[in-house]
Amino acid sequence: MKRNKKMGLARPGMKTVVFRLIVCVAIPALVALAIMGSSPARAEYADIVINNYSDGAGMRPAIFPHWFHRIRFRCKVCHADLGFKFQAGGNEINMLKIINGEFCGACHNGEIAWSVDNCDFCHSGKPGTPTQVHGSTVQKLLKPSQPAK
Amino acid sequence: MATRSKKTQWVEKKLLLFVLLWMAGSAGCFVPAANAKDVFANDGLHDPQGPSFNELQRPDAAFAGFPVDTVGNKVRWVQALRDGMITPRTNIVPDTKIKILDMDLILGNTGDNAYVRFPHRAHTEWLDCANCHPDPFKEKFGTSGIKMGAILEGKFCGKCHGAVAFPLTECARCHSVKPDTFRGKFGVQPVEKH
Repeated sequence: MKRNKKMGLARPGMKTVVFRLIVCVAIPALVALAIMGSSPARAEYADIVINNYSDGAGMRPAIFPHWFHRIRFRCKVCHADLGFKFQAGGNEINMLKIINGEFCGACHNGEIAWSVDNCDFCHSGKPGTPTQVHGSTVQKLLKPSQPAK
Repeated sequence: MATRSKKTQWVEKKLLLFVLLWMAGSAGCFVPAANAKDVFANDGLHDPQGPSFNELQRPDAAFAGFPVDTVGNKVRWVQALRDGMITPRTNIVPDTKIKILDMDLILGNTGDNAYVRFPHRAHTEWLDCANCHPDPFKEKFGTSGIKMGAILEGKFCGKCHGAVAFPLTECARCHSVKPDTFRGKFGVQPVEKH
C-alpha cells in the first residue's frame, strides 16, 4: 500500500509519464514499423532487367518476369527451343531480332502472346536500372567478379 | 462488498491503460500508404510513370493458391507442377519434348558438409538435357570439377539456383545426405519408388 501511494494514481510524476509513453507508444510503434519495414514491396525474385540498349535509345529498360513465364512455360521452351543463354543481357537481343521472330518474338507475335507493339509492357523499368538478375544470391551476397555488361 | 482489493483494481486500471495506449501507439503505423500494397510501386525496378504500369500483372495475385515456399518467389514450383496447379507448355518447336529421367545422383567430396543428392527427375520436368549436358556438366560422373565457390559465382548449379531456382542460401536442400549414415556408392543411385 505504501508503494501504491508513492506511485500515485492521480498524478504520475514526469518520469513515469515519459516511461509510459516509451513503453506504450514508442515501442509498439517501432515494432510495427519493423514488421512493416521488413516486408516492403520488393521486386520479384529472378526478374531480369535488360538494359543493353534501352537507356541509349531513350526507352525504359526491359523487365522480364521469370515468375510470369514459368507459370506458362517450362524452362526448356526458352532456354533450349529458343536458345536463350542463362546470362542476363548475354543474348544480344535487339528489337530487330524480336520483330523477326527470334527470342521474345517467337511468342510475342500477336498469336501466342501479345505482339511487340505493346512496347511499355516490357520496357517498364526505371530509367538507368542496370542489367541484372534481380534478387539473385550473387547480387545479395557477393560482389560480382565481373561488372555487368 | 470488497470482492476486489485495491491492489487488484490498481493493476486492472494499469493494464487497461497499457492496452489502450499500446493500441493507440500501434494504430498510426498500420494506416497503409496509398500504394503500400502494390508490390511494383516501390520495388526499385518498375517505373510507376510507365504507361502500362497499372496493366502489368502482379505476382502476388498470380501466386494465389500455389504451394508456399519460404525463399525465392515463395512458390514451390516443382510441387506446383506435380500437383497440376500449373501446366506450363513443354515446347514451342514442334518436335522437341520433355524427357523425364528418374535418376538420382549422390555427390561426395563436399568437405565438412553433407553429401549432395541431385534428382534428375525434378530437373528434367522443367529442363532439356542439353541445358546442362555437356556444358556445364559432363555426362561422366565426377568429371565436371564442380566447386561450391564456382556455384556461388553463378557457375554450374548456380546458373539457375540463386538466379531463378531456389537460392543458394538453402544449403540443406542439396546437401541432404548425412555422411555418417550413407552406406551406398557415390554417383547413380538405385531408383526409388516415388
